[in-house]
Amino acid sequence: MSKPKVAFYWCASCGGCEETVVDLAEDILGVVEKVDIVLWPVAMDFKYRDLEALPDRAITATLLNGAIRSSEQEEMAVLLRRKSQYLIAYGSCAHLGGIPGLANQFEREAILRFNYEEAPSVVNEARTRPQTVTEEEGRRPHLPELRHVVRSLDQVVAVDYYLPGCPPTPNLTRAAFDALLSGRLPPKGSVLAPDIALCDECPRKASRPADVAFTQFFRPHQKVLDEEKCFLPQGVVCMGPATRSGCGAQCPGGNMPCTGCFGPTSRVRDQGAKILSSLCANLGAREEKEINRVLENIPDPVGTFYRYGLASSRLRRRADLTNV
Amino acid sequence: MSASASPSPPVAPPATWTPRIVAFFCNWCTYTAADLAGVSRLKYAANVRVIRLMCSGRVDPQFIVDALARGADGVLIGGCHPGDCHYVEGNYKMLRRFQLLRRLLQDLGIAPERVRLEWISAAEGERVKAVINEMTAQLKALGPLGLPEKFESWDEEIIALARRAAEAAPADGDAPASAQPEEVHV
Repeated sequence: MSKPKVAFYWCASCGGCEETVVDLAEDILGVVEKVDIVLWPVAMDFKYRDLEALPDRAITATLLNGAIRSSEQEEMAVLLRRKSQYLIAYGSCAHLGGIPGLANQFEREAILRFNYEEAPSVVNEARTRPQTVTEEEGRRPHLPELRHVVRSLDQVVAVDYYLPGCPPTPNLTRAAFDALLSGRLPPKGSVLAPDIALCDECPRKASRPADVAFTQFFRPHQKVLDEEKCFLPQGVVCMGPATRSGCGAQCPGGNMPCTGCFGPTSRVRDQGAKILSSLCANLGAREEKEINRVLENIPDPVGTFYRYGLASSRLRRRADLTNV
Repeated sequence: MSASASPSPPVAPPATWTPRIVAFFCNWCTYTAADLAGVSRLKYAANVRVIRLMCSGRVDPQFIVDALARGADGVLIGGCHPGDCHYVEGNYKMLRRFQLLRRLLQDLGIAPERVRLEWISAAEGERVKAVINEMTAQLKALGPLGLPEKFESWDEEIIALARRAAEAAPADGDAPASAQPEEVHV
């Protein structure tokens, strides 16, 4: 019997997720032995028409990373969905919208204007902007259109499984391949990581006091951080309590607080609202003025609490934006 | 980049529109005050849907964003006066959450008037009436928040995509998440 077919694809992402596939190191040889890679634009040369020529559902699993924010990415998501038995949202961007999802705070016009006209590093006197169709020497090249809204993969097509993380760790990737190849799969729609908060596997867990009374918040660069102690009593926002575990607490291991890339556990619908709830409940202050003085040191709550999950949060996008 | 997104084009709400307010009232003070308002036959705007919780400290900010996302035009939270919480600390927790949540919502384009926190003791039935009437008037002036309708309009581009995909693949290519794929054979 022929080997199962696997595809890797990227949409609005930085390339880090592709790295993590390579980070499987020699284990990747084991994977390559057992599967046929039919699409992997970052590493191998395939044509989209080859993909189109495959029968529907011919690919066993597609690992798609990146958020969906252009017409091309939408088309590829639909095509890969049709050609795959399992479509796996790989990494924070496909899972939750990721960092690109923070663009949902701005209108498309504002994004284009800034990036092609106003950014200090831009020299573009003609104010040229990318066009979906242009005419050049008798040819008409087409470019994808930027969408108004950044979306997670499951807001565009049905997704079977999610591999969380920015990027997903090699051990989770390996476990997912093992599960796929052995057919031992959890219920559809599962996130392929433990369903418990990061604190559970954090080496600093023991130093987390039952009662944290914040009197001041610090951003990581504003303070010399203790390498052993829980970040919360140090006054540093750590997303750990509202974030799924499975990464091996690598950021706390490197003396940086969790930024929430694994997204919430299954019991939490809105990661940002949940961490806000937890942090604020633990403030020491009782007077409005004093409370606001302490909270002032969280200057960007949206960027802090929804760093990876704005697109898939309950509100999704700035409420006063339109598709114009 | 500045966050100076142009506000939505003002779509005049239908003449029949009135705001919908979801209210979370604590069992010991504000809910009892609302009860008192009822028993005292005080009339207040019928725009509020009251949900009784044991304590304002039980109001998870998720409830508030969820209410807004599901079509509430405003959310009102009522708790005991500072120092009077039946559970000692609950109302302070709400106050702290409220301060940051209001800022976060503002950053997400939701006017601060849409979320309001009030301390109303069990004896202040009159205050329940005044707050609800005032908030209803404010929201009337602000107009609908209409998030479900907004989500729908934002998703027009994706609805068009789904339509094109269905046309391109008459088979079960875009199987919904509930459909089980075939077994994997290795």
